[in-house]
Amino acid sequence: MNSTKDTRAVHSHLLGGGRSTKDFFDEFASENRQPRAHWRTLAESLEHLGAHELAARSENCRRILREHGVSCFVSQHGRGVDEPWRLDLLPLIISAEEWASLESGLIQRAHLINLILHDLYGLQRLVRDGIIPAPLLYANPGYHRACQGIGVPAGGYLHTYAVDLCHSPDGHWWVLSDRTQIPPGIGFMLENRTVISRVLPEAIEAVRPRSFSESVRLRRESLRRLAPDRTENPTIVLLTSGPRNEAYFEHVYLARLLGFTLVEGDDLAVRDRKVFVKTLEGLHRVDVILRRVADAFCDPLELRGDSLLGVPGLVEATRAGGVAVINALGSSLLESPVFLPFMPSLCRHLLGEELKLPSIATWWCGQGRELAYVRKHFDELTIRPSFTLGGTVVRPCELPTAERAALLEQLSARSHEFVGQEELPLSRAPTWAEHHAESRPVVLRVFVLFDGENYRVMPGGIARIMRNDKLSSTVVPLSGPCKDVWVMPDVDDSTAFLEAIPTPAPTLERTASELPSRTADHFFWLGRYAERLENVVRTTRFTVGRLSDDTGAGNQSRTKALAELLTRLDLVNLSSDIPHPRDALQEEILGVLHQEDRAYGVRDLLGRIHSAAFSVRYRLSSDTWRILNRLEPDARLKVGRLPLVYASTTLNTLVLDLAAFSGMEMENMTRGHGWMFLDLGRRIERAVNLAKLVRAVLDCGEETECLRVPALEISDSMMTYRRRYFSDPNTSGMLELLLSEPSNPRSLMFQLSRIEEHALSLPEGAHRDGVALLRGRVSQIVGELRKFEARGFENVPPSDTADFLERVLIGMGSISEVLTQVFFSHVTPQVN
Amino acid sequence: MKAQLFEIEHTTLYDYYAPVTVSYHLMRLTPRALSRQRRITHAIELDPAPATLNRRVDYFGNDTTFATVDRTHRQLRATSRSRVAISPAFIPDASETPSWENVRGLCRTDRTAPVLEAAEFTFASPAIPIAASFAQYAAPSFDRARPILEAVKDLTARIHHEFKFDPAATTVSTPLDEVLANRRGVCQDFAHLQIACLRALGLPARYVSGYLETQPPPGKAKLVGSDASHAWISFFCPGIGWIDVDPTNNLFPSMQHITVGWGRDYGDVSPMRGVILGTGRHTLKVAVDVTSLGRDGASS
Repeated sequence: MNSTKDTRAVHSHLLGGGRSTKDFFDEFASENRQPRAHWRTLAESLEHLGAHELAARSENCRRILREHGVSCFVSQHGRGVDEPWRLDLLPLIISAEEWASLESGLIQRAHLINLILHDLYGLQRLVRDGIIPAPLLYANPGYHRACQGIGVPAGGYLHTYAVDLCHSPDGHWWVLSDRTQIPPGIGFMLENRTVISRVLPEAIEAVRPRSFSESVRLRRESLRRLAPDRTENPTIVLLTSGPRNEAYFEHVYLARLLGFTLVEGDDLAVRDRKVFVKTLEGLHRVDVILRRVADAFCDPLELRGDSLLGVPGLVEATRAGGVAVINALGSSLLESPVFLPFMPSLCRHLLGEELKLPSIATWWCGQGRELAYVRKHFDELTIRPSFTLGGTVVRPCELPTAERAALLEQLSARSHEFVGQEELPLSRAPTWAEHHAESRPVVLRVFVLFDGENYRVMPGGIARIMRNDKLSSTVVPLSGPCKDVWVMPDVDDSTAFLEAIPTPAPTLERTASELPSRTADHFFWLGRYAERLENVVRTTRFTVGRLSDDTGAGNQSRTKALAELLTRLDLVNLSSDIPHPRDALQEEILGVLHQEDRAYGVRDLLGRIHSAAFSVRYRLSSDTWRILNRLEPDARLKVGRLPLVYASTTLNTLVLDLAAFSGMEMENMTRGHGWMFLDLGRRIERAVNLAKLVRAVLDCGEETECLRVPALEISDSMMTYRRRYFSDPNTSGMLELLLSEPSNPRSLMFQLSRIEEHALSLPEGAHRDGVALLRGRVSQIVGELRKFEARGFENVPPSDTADFLERVLIGMGSISEVLTQVFFSHVTPQVN
Repeated sequence: MKAQLFEIEHTTLYDYYAPVTVSYHLMRLTPRALSRQRRITHAIELDPAPATLNRRVDYFGNDTTFATVDRTHRQLRATSRSRVAISPAFIPDASETPSWENVRGLCRTDRTAPVLEAAEFTFASPAIPIAASFAQYAAPSFDRARPILEAVKDLTARIHHEFKFDPAATTVSTPLDEVLANRRGVCQDFAHLQIACLRALGLPARYVSGYLETQPPPGKAKLVGSDASHAWISFFCPGIGWIDVDPTNNLFPSMQHITVGWGRDYGDVSPMRGVILGTGRHTLKVAVDVTSLGRDGASS
């Protein structure tokens, strides 16, 4: 490889496009178009690697993110999509001096916002003394009156605080918005660093950016100290709104990293003005809630009544001091852009000092002079709502005449609801694009954490790469491409720079009291759906194989018998007198594989598996998660001139991946209650599928003969049969192997023994009676199978066997039902 | 004039279609203690008995009771029993009240405690938007420099005459512009509408929740809304304070209205709000009985 040539390509592109740097701030190059001092080490290190290698590293970066399943849930055209996380290979670097000034500005701002929240949710002197106009508070939908005067943990409204900043052409940082409620991004930032450390180890070794590990340690410790009753071992939960939250990946990530239980509103219950998590063993007290649910949705009783995400009674419990909630309820108030123009005077009033970190110039139209200014400069400003974060950036100059006039009218009629805001050209930083670097606009998000006494800025951040120089949304989105942010170390800083971020470990439940009932429910269904998928895939694969082999006309009766069997199994729907059974069966079976809307088809089941797995993701190892991510029929194989060949390739891959999943689960999952429910689900499902299969074979009557092989193949027992009987299958041999043989892991007896074993170790806790009932059901079925076996299958009339299988199916149904009633019942609250 | 004694019994009965394992309730069923309304006795009883019952004063100064029932139940009965003594309301002479423009101007600039507190009630609230249509409806009553009391009295009469009391026309969640368009509704809608009119003009107005005497004294007509919770409004008159007005009955509440509490709109003072953990729907029965016990021996 000619590295000199490659290096030059990288370097010259890193220098940034050749545009005049007066229009924007170039993060990388100074006025003389040389790399700024704090970028030199990185530039040298990258030069050394060369463009070709960097392209490979960039690809590797994408691959790792995909394997880690890093994603952001976004709404597109009214439909939710899990968008892969896109991380640029090149970091944004911030010099030590610049960081020091940013840091002190951020800490001051955090203190200030905390004091403002204290006042506005307390005595409201700021309003009474005229420091801020009354509408900032009273007309603000973000002011939650139910939260007035409720206690805040360790005197802090703000425990996690994020700020979005932009770097103006003259090199100053400006605050675009304050995120005071549930700021997303910390988990993504940690993940970014983990990935970049693996992808660019040489560069990170050379530059030695500051590490996050101290921040992570402090966070864990400071949250533990918030427990209201100062218990030795407080229970801390991370309250998420669920997999449809844009930052769900990070909720899972942080819960695992910090060792907290991930819960949804349904998992929590308020009793006696305290908060509890519903676990397999009953209610377990919660001390601290790290919430990721917005203020308005936290309590349907006292906040928004239409919310199903929250916990009824949470405000009352917080008011009573029964639980610490962070950030404190009500803290969304300070996200309103309307506060930005008042920050300098608030800072002087509350802290007696000048505001160090300015906000982007903002005019509140509720004041006469400001309204006049906005009207006069209407076409140079952007207009946004005063009280809500978010929405589209409205540029009056871009509006059609009629809309522009309408907006101007609204501005006069409801002036206090609008602010005018200046727009700054965003700074640009080198960004990797396929084979070279390009200069792209960026916005910086940084995080400030409260440790109970002081605010500390996490040394780094997320740099969001914007499509163009102007923001299109008033809130910087979480999705879209981003960069890791490296803060240069202080010259005299000798801390361990390369201290790795601890890898989040799957949360283990040491006792059943630590497993939320809903999680157990998801594990159970993950087991059931994985097994159901395996069964569908095996059946489909066998059918596809048969169809490929049986092309001769003479095999029509075999095909017909198979079609009848599959119809009895509800896998396909074919009447017995169709003219071309082979073609019809082929079309139907390919539908099972490819059709998206087919209930219990391959795609439907994959969706169910992913959804169940997603909900227990923080308890799965990353390898297990990686395998689950691979479970996806290759869409490219869907069409083609040889549909059966492609189908068979896809099915073979699925069988192997499913085997990898069950292997991972058998070998790597700790035998806690989570695993037990997963295995229970799998065993019950396998027993059901087996009973259905054998019953269908018997029901097929005269064709039974040619269906023994399919039955044995589908249940993966053909080899065993051959090894044992050295002959073509007969019915009693098949029944013995599939029903009563205890050593065949595919037999009914094997499943029942496992179910029996699990039933004995189910936690009795609060549900002694329910568990007893369940054990009764299991031993009843096992007893019956034993009796049956004793008679010898050759002596049992087929109708008796069919009746028995029917009872097995009913029994399994009732076991599943009892499990649900005893362990998983968590009903959704209803408001009246 | 001596105070009038009333006994109030307010019963709310929830019938659930399916068993409810836990229910949470937020109740505003306690008559508020006021200078002209003395609370003599008061108690709330729940059946089944609650596991938690906690009373506090909410943001607007109303007595609020939080309760949890954590035994499986199919029915819940909440009974609030109170005895209060009411003294007549002071209604100033219209000519003594400032012009409505003065009130508006004062609320925008003055920061003395009572005015600042009133200013909070000039903004939109969850159930009451600010819109030009309400200002337009109100306009004929608000001639230039008209004393506020006279203007509000005129608006009250207009709402009373131009809107039809029709329980079938609206539900708790009917939007206000629909009420304005259809000219029909119940006391809650009329109160919301009048508040919207006043706020659209920049005037403070709050929503009052309470009761009416069920059987009026001989010779007096039975008032509309006396069989359930009633609602009216209060507007702010600087120098005098808040003055109640009942658009449903076109009068100034005095000796027949019992105040439970107030807020920006119905949502702040709904008598009973609940969240149940259960699957089914429910039916609701409310009964209110307000009995006059005659004049109180002690004057208030």
